[in-house]
Amino acid sequence: MAEADTIRCDACPVLCHIKEGRTGACDRYGNQGGQLVRMDPHVVLDRAVSHGEPVVPFLEASREWDGTMVRTPETFVTAIGAGTTYPDYKPAPFIISSKVEGADMVTVVTEGIFSYCGVKLKIDTDRFLGPERNLVRAQDEPVGHVTTSEYGSQMLSLGGVHHLTGGGKREGRVTCETLLDLCNGKTVDLAIDGGARVTVQAGKPPVVNGALEERMRVGCGSATIGMFAKQWHGKVDEVVVVDDHITGVLSEHQAGKLLGIPGTGIKMKGRRSTPGRYFQVAEPGTAWGGTNITEPLSILSEWNPKVAWAGLRLLMVSTTGEHHAYYELDERLRPVEKDLPATLAESVERIAENCEPALVSVLFMAGAGGSLRAGVTENPVRLTRSVRAALTRVTCGGAPVYVWPGGGITFMVDVTRVPENAFGYVPTPALVAPIEFTLKLTDYATLGGHVDSVRPLDSILSDEKRRLAASRAENPWPLAPDAHRRATK
Amino acid sequence: MREPAVVRMLPDGRRLHLHDGPMDLIVEGFGAAECVRAAYAAASTRFVGVLDELCSELALLRRQARDRGMVPQGVVARRMWDAVAPFAETTFITPMAAVAGAVAEEILGVMISAAPLARAYVNDGGDIALHLASGEEFAVALIDRPEQASLFGKAVIRATDPVRGIATSGWRGRSFSLGIADAVTILAATAAGADAAATIVANAVDLPGHPAIGRAAAREIQPDSDLGGILVTRAVGPLRQSEIAEAITRGLAKANELAARGLICAAALHLQGETVSTGVSEVSALRLPSSWDFPLERSHLHA
Repeated sequence: MAEADTIRCDACPVLCHIKEGRTGACDRYGNQGGQLVRMDPHVVLDRAVSHGEPVVPFLEASREWDGTMVRTPETFVTAIGAGTTYPDYKPAPFIISSKVEGADMVTVVTEGIFSYCGVKLKIDTDRFLGPERNLVRAQDEPVGHVTTSEYGSQMLSLGGVHHLTGGGKREGRVTCETLLDLCNGKTVDLAIDGGARVTVQAGKPPVVNGALEERMRVGCGSATIGMFAKQWHGKVDEVVVVDDHITGVLSEHQAGKLLGIPGTGIKMKGRRSTPGRYFQVAEPGTAWGGTNITEPLSILSEWNPKVAWAGLRLLMVSTTGEHHAYYELDERLRPVEKDLPATLAESVERIAENCEPALVSVLFMAGAGGSLRAGVTENPVRLTRSVRAALTRVTCGGAPVYVWPGGGITFMVDVTRVPENAFGYVPTPALVAPIEFTLKLTDYATLGGHVDSVRPLDSILSDEKRRLAASRAENPWPLAPDAHRRATK
Repeated sequence: MREPAVVRMLPDGRRLHLHDGPMDLIVEGFGAAECVRAAYAAASTRFVGVLDELCSELALLRRQARDRGMVPQGVVARRMWDAVAPFAETTFITPMAAVAGAVAEEILGVMISAAPLARAYVNDGGDIALHLASGEEFAVALIDRPEQASLFGKAVIRATDPVRGIATSGWRGRSFSLGIADAVTILAATAAGADAAATIVANAVDLPGHPAIGRAAAREIQPDSDLGGILVTRAVGPLRQSEIAEAITRGLAKANELAARGLICAAALHLQGETVSTGVSEVSALRLPSSWDFPLERSHLHA
């Protein structure tokens, strides 16, 4: 029984033998490198119980309440799992509740369900991820599409009602899972038709075809010339900044002209836009400057022998400084690669230094429809109007949201500002997200709010427990198990 | 070093939290305040002895339960043994398959002996024992994975229903499963009976030999496991709809068999987003979403 890599746990009389890297029967104690350690794998869930934290979030926010604004009962999210399901991590635990007390129940989860929802992904990269409008897949299922390129970033649009409920059943389920994982800050693997495979996670650098994207480009190739022309002046005769969008050439560029940099006889492939600025020097890709080229000289034609000279110094660099090469022309005007001189290394490093960290941003976007609004007021359109008039503030798990102009309550929120694991789902499939409406009590009455449910709020400031019970019984709300912890930060 | 048992009230001031070794219970009683207090005191007193009691017979409880074999002595151990006995003739099963439900039942039993309560539940990590006085009811909800709160069904259990035990089993859980169900939830007359039946039905939801299913010998993961060299499920890859249907159909057949033998009242089986149930008419109001377009024959669906 006692193999070399097992230890015996004496934390309880079960006295489990635990293998290296495993846990005992309790899932709490484990063997890490031969040492018995408390593992607590489900930290999030566990915290509420072991630290005796209230299973109701937003408490702190309420304490700071100045008395003029009412936090409607909707904000009191019951962290169901926290008490009942958690200490143990069995799947599918039943959660017991009392109809009267509403204790651990999630009965009104439906009110927080968003069938019309998705995420907008901004992936900071110059690498080519795929043609605009092409499908984005997760687990082989279409879950979204490639949309516009922005400055240094590629946007993807994932989810939406057509993928969630309009396609195949598996498509809906996988879309839901993908959105949920992204919203809850987990890693998701995506494959773009005719493009790249990307691994994305909110607030983390993207991984494109297995390569970690560390930096955004400093600017397009032309902009880079403009920014660094002075630093290159006198240290090098020609600079080509390779970029999928606009490749810049120092001697032809306006910035080079202003510095009096003489022509070099360089001939670029691609389509000249304006002097020193070239489109389409190569195909889009994941190599130099978001192109497909790995050999930078391939974008140059023969040098003009009437202008070029032996010994001409040429720097080729990508827009992130990640790729660079230095050449000097030989007697036959052929570029010969040489070590990068220290004086130029500095400018390449400067390019890199000016590149911001590449990140993936995930904005959850959803529309608060009829039934959700009905949970707030008997006259749903008045809630919309109230939000429009800025009388009602909308938050998502306490995080600020951007509410789109126009009809309805369509909002976007940065998922990294929403409490951990605040998002859930139902098999419809649709996402469940927290959403709170905060407004003055008088306004709440005006818009036909469930004032009866609010009444116990009078006693909130003096009696915490009573507030919880009263609010929850009448207005359960979707699941933001860990909202309290973050909301207090 | 032995960690002492934890006995305390949760911050809501209503529920009792009992923890010792691998046991973790959430307890709640409803009734007159002094009755609830007395019940909690009784539960706490009983609880602190249970783990040692079970561990004194642990070797026996980890062996296949057999009619002719040695019978355990402890009251909880006997309850475990009785709960798995109906399956022992045809299947490999040890009393450990019912440990959580049996402990929940034991604690609930001392509570309602100590004081009259309108309602009470003892939730031992998802295996739940219920007490309902005449006219009372409980609302319960199912979620499929604790870390992703997704509601896939609800039920109201009334005093007139025969259900007093609820248990869930699946391969993602802390206990090993031989099957691939994400969750099988059983409603039965007792918590220990539900616990054992959940294990049996979850084991039956399976696709033997399927390449997307990763399995390993239980003892390779936990050397002390009562399952020894039996292969347990460690990973389940994406399955086609027809495969999901096939696996669920097998589990459903087992659930129907147990229902016919009177061992369970109802079952809900959950696999990769699909849910089916059986025996629902036995329970007052088990409600599953009505929009399932799952490719099983209608006769399988009672929801």
